[in-house]
Amino acid sequence: MSSIDNTLPERQTSAGVEHTESLITLTPRQLLHRRAFSHWGLIIGTLTVIALVLLAVVGPLVLPFDAYAQELAGRLQPPVWAGGDWAHPLGTDHLGRDYLARLLIGARISLTVGFFAATLGCIIGVTLGVCAGYFGGRIDQAVSYLLTCQLALPQILLAMALVFLIGPSIYVVIGVIGVLQWSYFLVVTRSAVMRIRELDYIASAKTIGSSTRSIFWHEVLPNLRSQIIVIFTIEMGVAILSEAALSFLGVGIQSPTPSWGLMISEGRQSMFFNPWLTILPGIALFLLVMGVNLMGDGMRDVLTPEGRH
Amino acid sequence: MLRFAIRRLLLALAVGFTVSLAAFLALQLATDPAQAIAGEDAEPAVVEQIRIEYGLDRPLVTQYVDWIGNVVQGNFGESFYWHQSVADLILQAAPTTLKLATFSILVTILVAIPLGALAAMRPNSWVDRLALSVSVSAQAIPNFWLGLVVIVIFSVHLGWFPVAGDRTLAHFVLPAFVLGMTSVPAVMRLTRAGLLEAFEADYIRTARAKGFRGYPLLKKQALRNAMLPVISVLAVQLGNKLGGAIITEAVFSMRGLGRLAVDSIQGGDIPTVQMLVFVFAMTFVLLTFIADLINAWIDPRLRLR
Repeated sequence: MSSIDNTLPERQTSAGVEHTESLITLTPRQLLHRRAFSHWGLIIGTLTVIALVLLAVVGPLVLPFDAYAQELAGRLQPPVWAGGDWAHPLGTDHLGRDYLARLLIGARISLTVGFFAATLGCIIGVTLGVCAGYFGGRIDQAVSYLLTCQLALPQILLAMALVFLIGPSIYVVIGVIGVLQWSYFLVVTRSAVMRIRELDYIASAKTIGSSTRSIFWHEVLPNLRSQIIVIFTIEMGVAILSEAALSFLGVGIQSPTPSWGLMISEGRQSMFFNPWLTILPGIALFLLVMGVNLMGDGMRDVLTPEGRH
Repeated sequence: MLRFAIRRLLLALAVGFTVSLAAFLALQLATDPAQAIAGEDAEPAVVEQIRIEYGLDRPLVTQYVDWIGNVVQGNFGESFYWHQSVADLILQAAPTTLKLATFSILVTILVAIPLGALAAMRPNSWVDRLALSVSVSAQAIPNFWLGLVVIVIFSVHLGWFPVAGDRTLAHFVLPAFVLGMTSVPAVMRLTRAGLLEAFEADYIRTARAKGFRGYPLLKKQALRNAMLPVISVLAVQLGNKLGGAIITEAVFSMRGLGRLAVDSIQGGDIPTVQMLVFVFAMTFVLLTFIADLINAWIDPRLRLR
């Protein structure tokens, strides 16, 4: 069904508007840098993501807080700005565990799940997309049919059922999200490869006797790089939200591991009296996903400027 | 038109059955249904007896053919967990979810299309930037969290709406808003992109030359063409609402299909889960089929494909 062809709407930005004189003197790489450094969304998004990755990697190593140590006497302490003390800067949860430490470990979980689930989806989607776009004909029809079926699958329902039935763990969550989330990779690589297939360098490669495998690895895939990076980023955001939703519903990461979705669900029990328990992990999720999305949108504008309106 | 419709219908049916087969196999392979019925620590002999009793010892293909044969005849099977017919369970829960899905798609349409149109009429203006910010934020906000936040603000502090449940229309306002916002980014961006493209077309230049401008230009000329992809995406989004309802219903404690899904998953009730996957997939397929028909009706060129 033709509906999915348009799910990557382009948008206008003021970035990348160059004067004709400078076009002559700049190399493509310089042009790319210039576009990247004048694109505010890209800059803000990238900085947010870098900051959160640094916090997730370094934070738990440096800070003197334990994400798992329970201290029942010091339960539900408020953050410093609401009357708490610096022993627990963001307060403690319903079991007296330090909330800042848990948020930082939660960032690791979100980033890990997002990265590996998107990688899995990328492998499946790009393989199918390259085959469909390059060979066309029957193979293309078969892949398109597969795609139509994939889109009809109720993803959340199936993901919940599978994770619950197989047994919730971070590997299962990554596997299920990745296996259910590849349609975007497929749609974009398929149409890009259909265009690349007709170009001269493919014909040249065929003429000098390159094998199909060699053409895939050396001619087709390198030219898909920018599209794949862009979709990878966007799908990473989607995967992070999917994991949070699954954990929120109790069929994702399991306690005591602190996933942001799970923390929101635990905080919900005392939401009316201790709202920060719910609000903080939500803001963390929002910042990470928005950073990732801004990065993806920005890279699309910068890397594939010909695709813009 | 009729040939187009029949071809599309056949494709839709094929997709429905393929999806149900995939879901059937995935669910059967992921778990042992006999063990699920018997309970975690049942004797192996008891599990074996149940396996034979429910016909779970037969080859998977036979079981699937049996199951789909029954479904086609309108027999949706018996729930292991509630000991009630699956059809009854689904029919009891469906109205709540259908209401929720309908209201939320209305929210999407009322927010996304005007916002997208305003943004397209004044590209790079403050309206455009506002629309873009709304879309970027709506994409990044975890939707279950937004649900909790609006409950705290509008139900607890302001007291405008009930906190949870599904008895009256007022119960649906917040859930419909939360679920509706999830589709706003996609629909808004598509409306905007479609209109920008339409504004560059020759027939719009002609209309402008004839003195059309502003709202009449938008309504009479551009929107009709820009709406084609939007209709397809709305159908897809309405289908996704059923899945999204699982999360929204959990947040607002509503007793719809989503709640039924969560309960039957946690009760290990494979027949109900299987049937829900089938119903959701068929609804989705049917919606995209209808969208294809509407598009073909608006734009006769599509019928030739």
